[in-house]
Amino acid sequence: MSDFDLIIIGSGPGGYVGAIRASQLGMKTAIVEKESLGGICLNWGCIPTKALLRSAEVLHLAKNAKKFGVKIGLVDFDLEAVVKRSRGVASQLSKGVNHLMKKNKITVLKGAADIEPGKSAPKVNVTAANGEKTSYQAKNVILATGARARSIPSIGLEPDGKLIWTYREAMVPDATPKRLLVIGSGAIGIEFASFYNELGSDVTVVEAVERILPAEDAEIAAFARKDFEKQGITIHTGAKVSGLQPGSDSVEATISVDGVTKTEIFDRVILAIGIVGNTEGIGLEKVGLEADRGHLNVDGFGRTGVPGLFAIGDLTGGPWLAHKASHEAIICVEGIAGSNHSHPFDASNVPGCTYSHPQVASVGLTEERAQQLGRPIKVGQFPFVGNGKAIALGAGDGLVKTIFDAETGELLGAHMVGAEVTELIQGYVIARQGELTEQDLMETIFPHPTLSEMMHESVLAAEGRALHI
Amino acid sequence: MSIEILMPALSPTMEEGTLAKWLVAPGDQVRSGDLLAEIETDKATMEVEAVDEGVVAELLVEAGTDGVKVNAIIAVLAEDGEDPAALIGKSEKPAATEDIASAPPVAASEAKPAAVDAALASPPPVAAQTEFSGRGTRIKASPLARRIAKIEGVTLEGLKGSGPHGRIIKQDVLAAVAEGRNKTGSASAVQTAPQSLIQPQILDDRIYAPDSYELVALDGMRRTVAKRLTESFMQVPHFPLNTDVKLDRLLDARRVINAAAPDGVKISVNDMLIKASALALMAEPDCNSSYTDNGIAFHKSAYISVAVAVDGGLITPVIRHAEAKGLAEIATEMKDLAERARSRSLKPEEFMGGTFSISNLGMFGIKSFGSIINPPEGMILSVGAGERRPVIGPDDELIAATMMSLTLTCDHRVIGGAEGARWLAAFKRFVETPESMLL
Repeated sequence: MSDFDLIIIGSGPGGYVGAIRASQLGMKTAIVEKESLGGICLNWGCIPTKALLRSAEVLHLAKNAKKFGVKIGLVDFDLEAVVKRSRGVASQLSKGVNHLMKKNKITVLKGAADIEPGKSAPKVNVTAANGEKTSYQAKNVILATGARARSIPSIGLEPDGKLIWTYREAMVPDATPKRLLVIGSGAIGIEFASFYNELGSDVTVVEAVERILPAEDAEIAAFARKDFEKQGITIHTGAKVSGLQPGSDSVEATISVDGVTKTEIFDRVILAIGIVGNTEGIGLEKVGLEADRGHLNVDGFGRTGVPGLFAIGDLTGGPWLAHKASHEAIICVEGIAGSNHSHPFDASNVPGCTYSHPQVASVGLTEERAQQLGRPIKVGQFPFVGNGKAIALGAGDGLVKTIFDAETGELLGAHMVGAEVTELIQGYVIARQGELTEQDLMETIFPHPTLSEMMHESVLAAEGRALHI
Repeated sequence: MSIEILMPALSPTMEEGTLAKWLVAPGDQVRSGDLLAEIETDKATMEVEAVDEGVVAELLVEAGTDGVKVNAIIAVLAEDGEDPAALIGKSEKPAATEDIASAPPVAASEAKPAAVDAALASPPPVAAQTEFSGRGTRIKASPLARRIAKIEGVTLEGLKGSGPHGRIIKQDVLAAVAEGRNKTGSASAVQTAPQSLIQPQILDDRIYAPDSYELVALDGMRRTVAKRLTESFMQVPHFPLNTDVKLDRLLDARRVINAAAPDGVKISVNDMLIKASALALMAEPDCNSSYTDNGIAFHKSAYISVAVAVDGGLITPVIRHAEAKGLAEIATEMKDLAERARSRSLKPEEFMGGTFSISNLGMFGIKSFGSIINPPEGMILSVGAGERRPVIGPDDELIAATMMSLTLTCDHRVIGGAEGARWLAAFKRFVETPESMLL
């Protein structure tokens, strides 16, 4: 007898979404969580950082109120209140997940889980906080243990929780660091750089490759970089931090830029040099699996090769995004339920969003990658300055770029930088999922006046038919 | 609202079937669970059950119709309070496949209203010209799939869509392009490559006078056996391996086991060969494999297909996880499967999904023969009759022993001669030392 049809280990946006879907499909489901429901995303990731960045945005607007004809006296912020609001948002949503688990009759098992060989699927051992250990047998098990910040201790790139932070400490500062070093310019690094810069920190970003936001289109990344530098952020690309020497209340960093090595003093350092899957201590070796460079290999349906054992989300590698985890969870659970119509996971349709100021959003191939396909492409661009709504918002800096296969009209990629683009990108994601061609997008009616009109114009521009430029 | 009864899919791969027999007539009251019709497919006859209650208003497909597409409307039920007579003729009759195949493919440009090509010469908006073609005839495809199909010269008609609600998407068209299927203009648009190599086979009236023979229509099983075996013989590069095994110890073991077996359980030689095959597959796991275009599938468990001759054809029920089952379990299961195979009441999952086949013609006195591979399985074992033969003993003396000749036919894409030989050696070990099956 199995205790459950399905046990999911980890309650992040992969785990809890998978549990709800499983419950909808009639499975008796349990979810194991050792900390707070909702995982990193809700508690220490996506959501609390969005709350912080909203505070930064309000501050930015208040500082610039005069431009809009609004008089505000002294503009200041209360860091403690900013952090408190962010924690409040996280805790509200974690409670929300708790409610969703109850509503869907999902058993929440509190504790740390590990697996060992079982009957049709591995057995799941849950060790509660008081050390009490209980074993459960389910017909299927999904590992959704997530990931954590990468560190490289050999050259001092290791968080100490005090002076050298990961996202976790960076989210709950007790003071604004005067001089801040951000190592890594992916979405996490750039969001914190943007936040602290708005709060008045003197921010330096060091990136190893030749440009910031390495996953994004080069032109969009260059556009964003210019904007960040205009706001006062110092950016070193093709640069390396080869050592961090913590002092009593500051860190001495050894930075090599363009072959020149120098040391610089910072008050705090944020490590944002990537993510590694939480593959340890969950019993992978007991069922004959091993981690491959920090993650677990699975196929497009989350299958691990061990009967009854699946894995999803950050644990299985990039892109390290909540919506990727949720989507994989749905495919995986529906596969377990026996639906045979769904396609395997396709990373090319996962949108990426960076919530800095300005925002960056994209889906599909960059222009560089599209060129590598060796097929003729058409590229359309439209700047924010040609859009009425953007001008009215006082947000005339930005760019929308679309890349099409010149022959088939397939939307190969879409890339945006500017105000609210993270809310806009889904339009292009739907276009890709529904396999719309440039013709369908050109024939689509976009409401006026909205920022979305730029999405239309960019497509028209690819055909040499843009209207407002 | 009337209730439409659709042609069910009895297996994941079923695309069409024969509506063998109606079990209801117009005017009959049916309740949920009542049997409506018998459907004949691949290798089985299945009954369609009513899900809803109502009165049969109209049967849209005649009994005995071949090639009825899955999800075609086959009958209409009137709900409580509805007049069945009023529903007659309201639902479109489904076309049989033959009709679709012979219809010329409509070129995409012809389907467009003429006015669009002529740069909108400003005709007044007469009545709305948009015509929605009837249910089931519109081809659902993404704009990108349509564009690529046009560029690549592929017709969408007859293509299977893997998108939501059977929508044809880019990858379906690209797969058709890669496999050279569905080329525009080809009359046999739906046919796959190996099928197009098969010549039509009909008797020439000038040579065989029509009254000199009786023509019996092909039923689903005959059709499937013909199609699958022809495909297998043509597209699988197969080779045989022969050997003889000594059967005496297995026969002794069988006697002892049967003497000790509970009432009603009788182990046959074939049951023991099923078990020995499964264990040999576990001992030589490379042989438990299937060729696929995406890679070689190594099956983790031995699902043994056992060929059973039935009236009007052949069917291969599957003993699943045979390596883990005891002889009594295999014997009981095999007896049940064979009986139900003969009455054609096996469920699709009971005769699909094997990883290896056994065909035994020993009971007919056949000394040795070679079978045709049952794709996608990698091997099939042909078992001849056990017979007393003179053999050379250990000291070069002539002795009498019960011998049996075996032919193992292998798919050379997955199994080489050496692998096949190793499997036969393992099989031989289990048969000649039956105690080792207990290990």
